Amino acid sequence: MPTPPPTAPTGAPADVAPRSGGAARWSRLPRSLHPVAWWVWAVGVAAAASLTTNPLLLLLLAAAVTQVVLLRRGSGPWARSFRLYLALAGAVVVLRLLYRVVFGGQDGGTVLLALPEVPLPHWFTGLRLLGDVTSDAVVAALQDGLRLGTVVLCVGAANSLADPRRLLAALPPALYELGTALVIAVTVFAQLADSVRRVQRARRLRAPAAGVRRPRRQLVRSVVVPVLTDALDRSLALAAAMDARGYGRAGTGSPARRALTAGTALLALALLALGAYATLAAALPGAGGPLVLLAGVLVAGVGLWLAGRDVRRTRYRPDRMRPAEWLTVVCGVLTFLLVWQTARGADAAAVVPSLREWPPLTLLLVAAAVVAALPAVLTPRPEVAS
Amino acid sequence: MLRIEGLTVRYSADGPAVLRDVDLTVDEGELALVTGPTGSGKSTLLGTINNLVPRFTAGVRTGRVTLAGEDVTTRPPRELADRVGWVPQDPLTAFVTDTVEDELAYPMEQQGLPPAPMRVRVEETLDLLGIAPLRRRSLRTLSGGEQQRVAIGSVLTLRPPLLVLDEPTSALDPVAAEDVLAVLRRLVHDLGTTVLVAEHRMERVVESADLVVRVGADGTVEQGPPAEVLARAELVPPVVELGRRLGWSPLPLSVRDARRRAAPLRRTLTSPVDPPLPDTPGGLRARRLTVRHGSAVAVREVDLHLPPGQLTALVGRNGSGKSSLLWALHGAGPHTGEVTLDGRPVDGRAALVPQTPADLLYRETVAAECADADTRAGRPPGSTLALARRLGGDLRPGQHPRDLSEGQLLALVLALQLAPDTSVVLLDEPTRGLDYRAKAELTRTLQTLTEQGRTVLVATHDVEFVAATCQRVVVLAEGEVVTDGPVREVLPSSPLLAPQTSRVMAPLRHLTPDEVVPADPDLPARDGGLPGGPGRRTR
Repeated sequence: MPTPPPTAPTGAPADVAPRSGGAARWSRLPRSLHPVAWWVWAVGVAAAASLTTNPLLLLLLAAAVTQVVLLRRGSGPWARSFRLYLALAGAVVVLRLLYRVVFGGQDGGTVLLALPEVPLPHWFTGLRLLGDVTSDAVVAALQDGLRLGTVVLCVGAANSLADPRRLLAALPPALYELGTALVIAVTVFAQLADSVRRVQRARRLRAPAAGVRRPRRQLVRSVVVPVLTDALDRSLALAAAMDARGYGRAGTGSPARRALTAGTALLALALLALGAYATLAAALPGAGGPLVLLAGVLVAGVGLWLAGRDVRRTRYRPDRMRPAEWLTVVCGVLTFLLVWQTARGADAAAVVPSLREWPPLTLLLVAAAVVAALPAVLTPRPEVAS
Repeated sequence: MLRIEGLTVRYSADGPAVLRDVDLTVDEGELALVTGPTGSGKSTLLGTINNLVPRFTAGVRTGRVTLAGEDVTTRPPRELADRVGWVPQDPLTAFVTDTVEDELAYPMEQQGLPPAPMRVRVEETLDLLGIAPLRRRSLRTLSGGEQQRVAIGSVLTLRPPLLVLDEPTSALDPVAAEDVLAVLRRLVHDLGTTVLVAEHRMERVVESADLVVRVGADGTVEQGPPAEVLARAELVPPVVELGRRLGWSPLPLSVRDARRRAAPLRRTLTSPVDPPLPDTPGGLRARRLTVRHGSAVAVREVDLHLPPGQLTALVGRNGSGKSSLLWALHGAGPHTGEVTLDGRPVDGRAALVPQTPADLLYRETVAAECADADTRAGRPPGSTLALARRLGGDLRPGQHPRDLSEGQLLALVLALQLAPDTSVVLLDEPTRGLDYRAKAELTRTLQTLTEQGRTVLVATHDVEFVAATCQRVVVLAEGEVVTDGPVREVLPSSPLLAPQTSRVMAPLRHLTPDEVVPADPDLPARDGGLPGGPGRRTR
């Protein structure tokens, strides 16, 4: 093995000092947060929102999430997607209301709008077409729609705060191939679209003379054949290039180890399936279902770790969980815990308020919304691409 | 460094040998230029070094490949990644990730390098190739030259002692090609990397090469110092051709050497003069032609008149709007403004050969493609095939279109569109991947078309081809026409577009070796081929 060409004076791995000193870890320098932290935070807030129908709390949570996005989103294309989710959340509320008006439900309260009911056959039970629109129905629909809309908004927040590519990079090593496949799929789709556009344009060059009809069969063929040949060529070229650059070089371990990994994965799958069934159907006494589910998750974790142990691949500029990340995670979890605790306690009526009164708010619920908004100031500002 | 012994490659067990009994030695720190006619097995030779041939191509290979004393004949390519850096022809097909930085890190991730040294190497490579400002950019938004440099960088991060490149500049404009070659020179001179590069347009590389490896059409390989091999080769760059005709020894390989030898010649000769371009009425005329892609303006209010019987070249950087202009002139591309042919709308009386001619083809045989074209255009059966064979030499009807050479493909696609009333022919980068001989054939085809009174416009990066073939040059930059005039006025005065002969003969305005020394008709043609570049048409 020849010596590598002398590139630059730096380079020996031993010379490089580890970059994370004690003080540096608290640094508030602009940077992007670990994507997993954003997702845990968003899921926490979404879970909290799904527990409640209190429109005041939901609006507070939605405002908190929006605030964090506006202050902490980066400059990537995914960061601009929040507007779409906002529109989607609005649409959800409107649709929910329309649904209630058309299909009825919830009869109590004042009749706001008396619509004629469309008669349905007698076996069509549980459904009503049009009919009286009551105040209860409208309020319930608004609360329901708001809850769904807030959950949508949380997902949108995670999407616009976390770089999807960095999220893929944070996958455990055993799932590396999955990440690679996804990245390639995205590029290939773009290239396929290019290819289709090019071939369609080229087809115009062979337009038939006036009065001669182009056979329908050829219409498909003249696009599909060149595009597919092109795609096939590209994938072969890509495979060769990946191989030449060392893809698949990392070892997969001994057969015994592979068997162990496969066995663990199967066990995890079985436990997860069983646990999910037991939890949903309440087939096991006490907390049996969730326990089996938890065991499945644990075994799956062990399996992933086992599979990852044999992978000798590394990550370029890996994201690390630093204090700001942990704080964000804590904020998400705390928001959920606060709402959950209230829902179980004496103030449960504040979480699921009555339809006919002005919804109450407790201090804890306001605190939950404030905690959800905290990442907007606790995390470092995102780096703005030059 | 690299040693190949007794290598023979066949793509099928009983088929002809693509490479035959090849023995090759490349020493450490050498820049070796691999040349040879199209389809002669240059890519095959490069692929055998890291065993992509036969692992990815199928076929039968015998012989031995040794890298730095170690026999690597049976090792899979992935295990050679840190010893052989292989850069494919089209960098875009080889990209795995989507940003420059990630792409550079990719091979190191596969190798399991710890993150800290990985970071160091990425930074070094970014600087080494001068692509640091592009680090966060998406790979698809880069220009061709930038993409090529990223592709080189992405194999360099493993610091392979041997770098193998398959036609790295064939798709690039002269300036971008110069950037890529400068990188190669730096790798060889400053870092001691051994580089093997296949290239059609030898004139760009030959002066820095230490070794020329010539792959013959029969699969044999000859190696030696550039001056020695090129003295015998059938296909040589213009500066070498000039030296050979003038009997200079040692043969000059660079413009600088040739220029010093040509000093007495420049005193005795006078500049050739062309008659002014005829301003024939009629032909293709564009007024305020504009092409927009979204908010980007590709062609900006261009006025252009192309008289019948004129062969015009369209040059300019990658992305300067050449393709958009061609498609707009044809009428198949989006545009605003007015395009007329002899005062009437073009209306299908133009033919266009796109950059990837294969996009037009979808049948299994040449004959089927031609028959389709006959029925569509309402021509008598067989007329398209006959035309294609007139344009493209030995075109066998039973061949699959994908087995055709680049030159034959051009001829076929042209024939599919040429009708008797087609009076405009537009070609987008037809010289890509053509060797000197195929280019000479293309020149003849284009000249036949112009002599029949057609207007021909060729978009190309190949200035030597323009010098030998065209009468007029239109230079495009940012969608605007910057220069428009006779070849002899535009090319020699441009520092980057001047063909080699002009650089040697400046301030005289010779364009091709033929104009300096006419080919000697008494000399037998070497290897039955054309001596050097195609002859220049008298005007």
